[in-house]
Amino acid sequence: MISLPHYLILGAILFSIGVVGIFLNRKNLIVLMMAIELMLLAVNLNFVAFSHYLNDLSGQLFVFFILVVAAAEAGIGLAILVVLFRNLSSIHVEDLDQLKG
Amino acid sequence: MKTLYLLIPLAPLFGAILAGLFGKFIGRAGSHVVTVLGVAISFVLSVIVWKDVQAGHTFNGSVYTWLETGGLTLEVGFLIDRLTVMMMLVVTFVSLMVHIYTIGYMADDPGYQRFFSYISLFTFSMLMLVMSNNFVQLFFGWEAVGLVSYLLIGFWYTRPTAIYANLKAFLVNRVGDFGFLLGIGLIAAYAGSLDYATVFAKRNELAAITETVTGWPLITAICICLFIGAMGKSAQVPLHVWLPDSMEGPTPISALIHAATMVTAGIFMVTRMSPLFELSDTALSFVLVIGSITALFMGFLGIIQNDIKRVVAYSTLSQLGYMTVALGVSAYSVAVFHLMTHAFFKALLFLGAGSVIMGCHHNQDIRYMGGLKKYMPITWITSLLGSLALIGFPFLSGFYSKDSIIEAVHASHIAGSGFAYFAVVAGVFITAFYSFRMYFLVFHGNERYDQAPPDPHHAAHDDAHHADAHDTSHAKGHDDHHEDHGGKPHESPWVVTLPLVLLAIPSVLIGFFTITPMLFGDWFGGAVVIDAVKHPAMAHMAKDFHGASAMAIHGMMTLPFFLAISGVALSWFFYIKRPDIPAAILKAAKPIHTLLENKYYFDKFNEVVFAAGARVIGHGLWKVGDQVLIDGVMVNGTARAVGWVASVVRLFQSGRVFQYAFGMIFGVFALLTLWFNRA
Repeated sequence: MISLPHYLILGAILFSIGVVGIFLNRKNLIVLMMAIELMLLAVNLNFVAFSHYLNDLSGQLFVFFILVVAAAEAGIGLAILVVLFRNLSSIHVEDLDQLKG
Repeated sequence: MKTLYLLIPLAPLFGAILAGLFGKFIGRAGSHVVTVLGVAISFVLSVIVWKDVQAGHTFNGSVYTWLETGGLTLEVGFLIDRLTVMMMLVVTFVSLMVHIYTIGYMADDPGYQRFFSYISLFTFSMLMLVMSNNFVQLFFGWEAVGLVSYLLIGFWYTRPTAIYANLKAFLVNRVGDFGFLLGIGLIAAYAGSLDYATVFAKRNELAAITETVTGWPLITAICICLFIGAMGKSAQVPLHVWLPDSMEGPTPISALIHAATMVTAGIFMVTRMSPLFELSDTALSFVLVIGSITALFMGFLGIIQNDIKRVVAYSTLSQLGYMTVALGVSAYSVAVFHLMTHAFFKALLFLGAGSVIMGCHHNQDIRYMGGLKKYMPITWITSLLGSLALIGFPFLSGFYSKDSIIEAVHASHIAGSGFAYFAVVAGVFITAFYSFRMYFLVFHGNERYDQAPPDPHHAAHDDAHHADAHDTSHAKGHDDHHEDHGGKPHESPWVVTLPLVLLAIPSVLIGFFTITPMLFGDWFGGAVVIDAVKHPAMAHMAKDFHGASAMAIHGMMTLPFFLAISGVALSWFFYIKRPDIPAAILKAAKPIHTLLENKYYFDKFNEVVFAAGARVIGHGLWKVGDQVLIDGVMVNGTARAVGWVASVVRLFQSGRVFQYAFGMIFGVFALLTLWFNRA
């Protein structure tokens, strides 16, 4: 029987993969965005699981909001990425250090 | 009457403003007319007020509230009682004489209007000082006379010596004023008022308080602080150093400010504060000792001076010492009595000296005078009367005041009175000796006016410690007679001799007529408070007093009279009969002469200890305090610390997203850990 802890453990594992993906990834900015998406989905999974086990639909409702925001964010992020690539001819994370003081 | 009171100080102020600001428009004659008129109005009104006070109408009240702050009210107010009115008469009369005299003395000076403006301003300041009914106005007048004195000593501002002298006067007076201000501050703090009457009403409460920090009785601290102010203004040792140097100014101001009026402000102030001083024997002893040191040791210096004005200046110092001694033995009325007689005969002597200087074509060195009596008869006779009054010749005014001081000291038992008695009695001999040394050298003996060296002004100041500064600009502005200094002496014009005659009259007579009411009558009424049980000197004197003539006749049989006569005789023998003796003594007693020549090294001491010390402290504060601590550590140090911290923190801002993300995650973990482990 699959119970709540199983979903939560899966969510935590997905979230950790997302986090580790952010700072282990030194090459590709797209991978970085994918890792962020993964973290959001992990959070969504937690929402759905809790919603089901608590019999509260507002959790699932919230998931839709997050998906909409994530989609918009991915769109904007990819648009920035395209502009960035046009200017720098690179999407290597290591190359993007112009914000330093 | 209130309008009259207001008019008395304001008339000279008005004259000073007219002559000072509009001197160009009203011209030289216009300037002296308005200022003389202003002071004359003051004098006449003072006489009217005097009559009124004689009739018993005293006044104490404010005319204008300057500001109120906290519980303290600062007002302009007048206290018109017998002490005030006597000072007003002396100030306005002497000032009037000096104004008239100045018309002649300064006739050729380019700063004529400026000079009249200053001396009128001085009269205003002094009147504000004596007429005040509170400490703030007293302090205002006190500072204002100091300011005018500074302006007048440096009147010939192109002369480096004059600038040096006026700076010195200003600085030394600051030292005294600092003490004075502390005294006023203590009174304000503990009595909660700056009004004389209120403070005096609380005197017994003040006497009971002990100062918390030092453990001294408060009243002693107050009185000594106030007296330090008086020491500065009345030129008592060790704050006397400015007065001889102030002779750099024109002679009329030496008479007005540095003999007759301003330097008496300290004496007047202590007399006014007699209700407070009476409560502290310690302060009185301090006053007494300082006064007797001044009276005796400043007299010695008069003996070796060759500048005619400096002789008179040192005699002023010595006489101020006498007044201070009288204050110390609680004989306040005697001090004020001597103040009054001294004002007349010292102004006379100074103006006489000025007349001699004019007659000798601005030569001030008494070694190059001599035999002037046939050239300047009026100056001669008035100076003789002034000198006799100064040495205390019976029946002349100086006799009554000086003998009363000696008697008062004799009758006193306060600590220090033994030394003071010796000092004042010995002082009589010294006074007689140097006064008549000057008199004989100037008016009798061989005529030496044609032996003056080519630069008379230089020679007159060969005792000054900065002779090198003389050469540059002394000729400018000082006098227009330098070219013909070898010419015959001549008598001065009537505007100069008239004040001499008018001052000679009170110098001779005033003591005889006023001693009975002033010292032993009820002249000062409530203005002077004496604790007769603790300080019985005055009461003791009153018992032995049998009228002015009896006192004079008795005076001819006492020690001071013989000392005065022998002083005169000795100076006659030394400087007329056998002029070779002083030279021989000089050779024999070289070290003493050097000591006197250097004025006991007070100037040297001040230069080495205070001036050099201040420079060392200043240098240290500059190098260590300013450059190292403030600039180095605080200003630049702060900047450097910020820079260093920034250079370290800057490393965290790498611009790499994954490092920021790591930082964020790490931060979240850290915060969560703290959150779950919170107590």
